[in-house]
Amino acid sequence: MSEAHAHDHHDDHHHGPEPGIMRWIKTTNHKDLGTLYMWFSFTMFMIGGMMALVIRAELFQPGLQFVDPGFFNSMTTMHALVMIFGGVMPGFVGLANWMVPMMIGASDLALPRINNWGFWILPFAFTLLLSTLFVDGGAPAAGWTMYPPLVLQSGDSLPLLIFAVHMMGVSSITGAINIVVTILNMRAPGMTLLKMPLFVWTWLITAYLLIAVMPVLAGAVTMLLTDRYFGTSFFSAAGGGDPVMFQHIFWFFGHPEVYIMILPAFGIISMIIPVFARKTLFGYDSMVYATASIAFLSFIVWAHHMFTVGMPVAAELFFMFATMLIAVPTGVKVFNWVATMWKGSMSFETPMLFALAFVFLFTIGGFSGLMLAIVPADFQYHDSYFVVAHFHYVLVPGAVFSIMAGVYFWLPKWTGHMYDEKLGKLHFWLSTIFVNVTFFPQHFSGLAGMPRRIPDYATQFAEFNMISSIGAFGFGFSQLILLFVVIKCIRGGQPATGRVWEGARGLEWSIPSPAPYHSFETPPDVPDSEVTSAQEQHA
Amino acid sequence: MKSLLRNTVLAMAAPLLLATGQARAALELNMPRGVTEITREVYGLHMLIFWICVAIGVVVFGAMIWSLIYHRHSKGAKPAQFHESTTVEIAWTLVPFLILIGMAIPAAGTLIKIEDASDADMSIKVTGYQWMWEYEYLDHDVQFFSRLDEATNQARQLKSGIDPTSVDNYLRDVDKYVVVPVDQKVRLLLASNDVIHAWWVPELSGKKDAIPGFINEMWFKAEKTGIYRGQCAELCGRGHGYMPIVVKVVTESEFEAWVNEQGGSMTTDAAEQAASGTQVASAGTTATDAAVDAPADSAAADEGEGQSSEPVQVADAGDAPADGTSEGAAGLSMDDLMAQGKKVYDGQCAACHQVDGSGMAAAGFPAMKGSPVATGDLAEHIDQILNGKGAMPPYKDTLSDEEIAAVITYERNAFGNETGDIIQPADIADAR
Ligand code: HEC
Ligand SMILES: [Cu+2]
Ligand SMILES: [Cu+2]
Repeated sequence: MSEAHAHDHHDDHHHGPEPGIMRWIKTTNHKDLGTLYMWFSFTMFMIGGMMALVIRAELFQPGLQFVDPGFFNSMTTMHALVMIFGGVMPGFVGLANWMVPMMIGASDLALPRINNWGFWILPFAFTLLLSTLFVDGGAPAAGWTMYPPLVLQSGDSLPLLIFAVHMMGVSSITGAINIVVTILNMRAPGMTLLKMPLFVWTWLITAYLLIAVMPVLAGAVTMLLTDRYFGTSFFSAAGGGDPVMFQHIFWFFGHPEVYIMILPAFGIISMIIPVFARKTLFGYDSMVYATASIAFLSFIVWAHHMFTVGMPVAAELFFMFATMLIAVPTGVKVFNWVATMWKGSMSFETPMLFALAFVFLFTIGGFSGLMLAIVPADFQYHDSYFVVAHFHYVLVPGAVFSIMAGVYFWLPKWTGHMYDEKLGKLHFWLSTIFVNVTFFPQHFSGLAGMPRRIPDYATQFAEFNMISSIGAFGFGFSQLILLFVVIKCIRGGQPATGRVWEGARGLEWSIPSPAPYHSFETPPDVPDSEVTSAQEQHA
Repeated sequence: MKSLLRNTVLAMAAPLLLATGQARAALELNMPRGVTEITREVYGLHMLIFWICVAIGVVVFGAMIWSLIYHRHSKGAKPAQFHESTTVEIAWTLVPFLILIGMAIPAAGTLIKIEDASDADMSIKVTGYQWMWEYEYLDHDVQFFSRLDEATNQARQLKSGIDPTSVDNYLRDVDKYVVVPVDQKVRLLLASNDVIHAWWVPELSGKKDAIPGFINEMWFKAEKTGIYRGQCAELCGRGHGYMPIVVKVVTESEFEAWVNEQGGSMTTDAAEQAASGTQVASAGTTATDAAVDAPADSAAADEGEGQSSEPVQVADAGDAPADGTSEGAAGLSMDDLMAQGKKVYDGQCAACHQVDGSGMAAAGFPAMKGSPVATGDLAEHIDQILNGKGAMPPYKDTLSDEEIAAVITYERNAFGNETGDIIQPADIADAR
């Protein structure tokens, strides 16, 4: 370790970052790009969050108080697109950028220029997307799922939306290829596949999912484009096409997409819990196999998003059974996390708090997911607020909490300073309370019959909506604490040790904090003591 | 403002509120049991899975909370060394698998029942429009459109100043109810005229999409008379929140009376079916085809109203003026046309063109005020309303000659468009 250490300092002198703004524009360094991704993601969370607040303000009470219904639909549509493609996905890519090379003992990602390109596409893609707010006909308002024929009624926003999606797709695919190539080629000697930290494993599998399905989405939206402007009828029954076919194609992308947004989260949680339980992750191998089976199953369950389109019973049965099956590997993961905590020696720093909340609240989202899989009941739940509650439980206290957990967990490694633990805990408690205040009542309004994507509602839903809106504002404003904590931590604070956390193991913790600009110039040894998979016991 | 204050206070007291309930509608927390065998079965499935989840949750969260309390670093807990156990892993793969099978079997049974729409007693073709529903009773020769009721329509406008709680069944009422007999298997054939909609009345059944170019099927058999409300469940544009569904389940004889009132007939076919209950599926299918081919020629006749059996708050809604038949009317006065025109305009057109005719430039809805069409060539104006243009829907099948004449007269003389033109139903009939 001391050898690697000396090397890094040496490198610092010779090729450190370029000064000024050009550092960020021209950078090919995985850490710089990781930082850019994280700030981009945070900005998008803020923009998407403001859209959510417009929605919740309008839904605060029955009647139409603030916005036109068309604009309301634009808000729900844009909120989802911005949060999914701008917030969650770049957030995970940012964490991968920072951590994957350090975890496998590589100097950088395998394709640094592609990495730069992949990031810098994003600001353009989202400028294009957000510019639709100002075009004739308003921003896209047909839902993020873009179902025809409705989406074909969009104004001038349609081509902009489609090209923005294409650009996001290119960015995701470059990022994914980069991660696959890096993981498969640049591991330090001795870092066998089954010794890789789980974050690396889950990202490897996620990257394959991205490569498999982003082109499918690109194809689907391109067909929309030609239907609208070039006289094709892929999705128009009048021309011999089929609007439902779009839904099949979209969800063939869409279901793996939801795992793209949760597998890296599983990885992060699997990294954090053992550290703060001071105990080796339980069932490492089964975690890997569970991740792989979830990824496989994700390709054969897509139609559970569209049970109400009228499919043959046999198809409905198939998709119901396949979907229920996903509960098995997902359950294994949750059980393994609990078993890791069991008889551990737990402490509750902010990353651990977020990880624990993840396990609780993601599991609740998993339960409602299981309920949604039951087709006869889904006929009632579908397109109601029950679904809204379900996917927000897996996405906010699920995916988003895992990103926040990761940020707190690795922030000392990135900045060289400890963050303010008190403020971190305050941020955690406010977020956790408000996220539940926001989304839990939505289960009830959905069951009672409130459809999603409506700007106004019957008066019997008033109470739950009001509670939900209060929670949403609380949650939104609590995130300013995160911003403050991060800025404070960047600017100073108690110096962090290389190890940072008492129970931390892994190559990323074997180098100093802040991590040197090039972490591992020469491949490090992988001592058993730094392997998190417990493979050392086998050896 | 007052209501805002009250609501804020209510929200503060939310937990209390849950316990006490309050003046407004009773707080619904759970899926309704509904009034059909299927909805009750689905409710049962829902509760079964819910309790299974609760049980699993108790075990998992229980273990976790136990650890959180007893296996703390601050309490000096020493970490154990175990990190693997094949037996345990196999157990917690297999046990959930078995539980899932336990859920899947009853779910599959119910699903197969739901998907069996054969042997229906009667069929209604339901067509979704942006933003209303059309109902055609295939066995009874009854057809009508069902739209958001006028009281809600006024209150739901942006900053209308009308308190929604003062409107009965705000957003959940229509001008014309779907009336069906109790204890009969009613089959719905779902279609759409424009984009995808979904028909959903939770107490009668789950939802099903109405897709342009396709016909979907669903059914229900209500066991209790009463009024059941729901709404469109699939995002269908600006008016998605404004296409409610109201089904009135009545006794057999009330249904017959209603059909007669609508100018329909209890066809021999239907009567036989009610008696024998067989061979309906094929009859229904041919009826569907016929209905698809035949344009809604009975529309004008059906406008001849039958609201009297409906509750009071709908009696004054929207359709009242249609009491004169449009055929060969000698000519309606400007005042009559303007009055009716305003109703039609506010109900049908204002969603896009706005009540004051100012349109919404941003969304591509032109202003009516000073519009070159509404102040220019009459033929073009009529053609635009009959056949639609671009994002504007055609109205030839959904409005009567008289309604179209009225709305055109209105557009040409309201909002400061002072053309002085009076358009008569006959002009529209000629243009068709
Ligand atoms: C779904 C929204 C929508 C509804 C509802 C709607 N319109 Fe339109 N209307 C439009 C759009 C969009 C246009 C512009 C069409 C074009 O030029 O492509 C338009 C154009 C018009 C025009 C021509 C205006 C001009 O200056 O070019 C008239 C007249 C008109 N509508 C009347 C009506 C009437 C009468 C109704 C009700 C019976 C109605 N519209 C309902 C969307 C709507
Ligand atoms: Cu899915
Ligand atoms: Cu609809």
